[in-house]
Amino acid sequence: MVTGDYAAAWGARLARPEVIAAYPITPQTLIIEHLAEFIESGELDAEMMRVESEHSALSAVIAAQATGVRTYTATSSQGLALMHEPLFIPAPLHLPIVMSVVNRTVGAPLGIWVEHNDTMPQRDTGWMQVYVEDAQEALDMVLQGYRLTEDPEIELPLMICMDAFLVSHTFESVDLPGPDAADRFLLPYRPAHAFLDPDRPMAINPAAPPEYIQEVRWETDARMRRALEAVERVDVEFREGFGRSYGGLFEGYRLEDAEVALITLGTVTSTAREAVDRLRKSGERVGLVKLRFFRPFPAEALARALAHVRAVGVFDRSVSYGSGGPTFIETRNALYESTTPVLGFLGGLGGRDVTVDDLILMARTTLRAADDPGQSGRVHWIGTRGVVVP
Amino acid sequence: MTGLKSLPEEDWFAPGHTACPGCGAAMVVRLAMKVLGPRTVVYLPASCLLIFSDMFPSNAFRVPTLQVLFENSAVCAAGVKRALKRLGKDDVQVVAFAGDGGTADIGLQALSGAAERNEDILYICYDNEAYMNTGVQRSGTTPFGAWTTTTPGGKDEWKKDVARILMAHDVPYVATASPGFPLDLLRKLEKAKGKRGFRYLHLLAPCRVGWRAESDSAVDLARLAVETGLFTLMECEDGVFRISKQPRFLPVRDYLSLQGRFKHLTDENVTAIESWIRGKWERDRALERATALTHAPV
Repeated sequence: MVTGDYAAAWGARLARPEVIAAYPITPQTLIIEHLAEFIESGELDAEMMRVESEHSALSAVIAAQATGVRTYTATSSQGLALMHEPLFIPAPLHLPIVMSVVNRTVGAPLGIWVEHNDTMPQRDTGWMQVYVEDAQEALDMVLQGYRLTEDPEIELPLMICMDAFLVSHTFESVDLPGPDAADRFLLPYRPAHAFLDPDRPMAINPAAPPEYIQEVRWETDARMRRALEAVERVDVEFREGFGRSYGGLFEGYRLEDAEVALITLGTVTSTAREAVDRLRKSGERVGLVKLRFFRPFPAEALARALAHVRAVGVFDRSVSYGSGGPTFIETRNALYESTTPVLGFLGGLGGRDVTVDDLILMARTTLRAADDPGQSGRVHWIGTRGVVVP
Repeated sequence: MTGLKSLPEEDWFAPGHTACPGCGAAMVVRLAMKVLGPRTVVYLPASCLLIFSDMFPSNAFRVPTLQVLFENSAVCAAGVKRALKRLGKDDVQVVAFAGDGGTADIGLQALSGAAERNEDILYICYDNEAYMNTGVQRSGTTPFGAWTTTTPGGKDEWKKDVARILMAHDVPYVATASPGFPLDLLRKLEKAKGKRGFRYLHLLAPCRVGWRAESDSAVDLARLAVETGLFTLMECEDGVFRISKQPRFLPVRDYLSLQGRFKHLTDENVTAIESWIRGKWERDRALERATALTHAPV
């Protein structure tokens, strides 16, 4: 029985990063504490930089990765916001950095509980994003993550998003793989293109005039598109080595014969499964999509998987003020060619509990929209004092 | 010991860069690279130096270079060094060349963190006393009274002393140097290169554009800044503070009058600068005596 933070640290330990740099922030702290213990006890051989800010933590791993070694860092919330500037650096430079991010409220108001409004605003920085549901997935995605990011066709950084406390601090039964299985799955890192070595001098990240930058953007975009296939492939390869897999980009639950579908990210998915089961017992044909990867966003695959449903309800734990949740916006874009109504639901903000009843309410609102296409595009606030869902 | 005559012919900061004629920064970087040599990795933040030496598809360095951002030079250099250590290349020097804005202002947090952790890097600040790359805006190291585009009436505050801030971190080596005194500069580069742990060099780098001076004036100005007592040549080695050069205390007007950035100064302003110089030297001489005593052989 370990916490999600321990599981993430165990995954990082198995990946044998050469340089780790981190700055403490609740609820990520256990991850770096465990890594420090692993190093202190000799169970992990790595350079650990206890830096003075998250900006420096990411800067340090960018520089180390550019020198030619595997790196790891972890953060949360305000720390990720402080990293915003260096977040843009690794993707164009082909630096396959893996970072665990414990999803936490970004002030104001200051709060330490789960919200996705730390990672969602970073969706355009060139990082892949996967949202995990439990501690096992938080561990497994570190291993999958390095295999995915270090694919020479991809070479994009990855943030593994795990809900504050619900994953980070909850003790769960977790299979902690040994080093042999991990080493078979994950080969040592060898930089394919650029690295810093006086025996082979090169300039990494020079300034560039307009004649060159647009191609860099295009090439980065192409790699993000290629990652759609790689995510699925790595998940299959992981199953061959460890006997577990997660469905790749997203995972359907009772979707085959569903009349309407809900879409969730992260831990609320567990609650949504319970809601789906209860609704099924009363004959309401509701299915579920656990969306795992937000970047790359699996728009085409999602549209195919939802082609048969009559309405879609998307739950977001993050709000783009005035527009709805980011997952809702992306899903509606993905389903633009269809006539299926798409509804947005906002809730669980600031760490507010999202109950089975909340999800049943969302499902039934979505069921009604199946017969009333005029509902499409509406955004409902769930579990908000003084706000009634019609 | 490297002297001017024993400097290698070979340059690792090559000609053909696009610095302005008479650029003090290009001069000190070239000298520094002659001492540091080929087993070096250079980190460059956003700065004049980056723009005139590292604009794709050109690069003036004959050693590997990395640029990431503006305010994180010290930690990026440290990240490179930690990785080189893991790769079995611990002999490679990692040097960061940053301007005064990237050091004294926006880069101070990362600099302080790297110094406190005693990261094994050489950090060189080339101080041209303003944000020259963006068009002469004032920085923390702009001297009192100087015109800049954001202090059109002259700067009201005194120059920030970054070397003293680094001394408060008890790092192995902190020194200032001026291209007006190249032997002292080379000696300090050699010394910094030979030490392990965090080393800081603060190099005065006259900028004829921002200082509103003649393009052949950089060395003269770098010399006068020291001889008037304005810029102190010092080093602090393992806690022992030494003044490297006793100035002749030439009239400060000899220095100010060569630069358009000071042309508006009043007599009162000049008197205030003279008083500031006296106070600084009293303080630094007292510090020299004190550390000599505390570190005297028993």
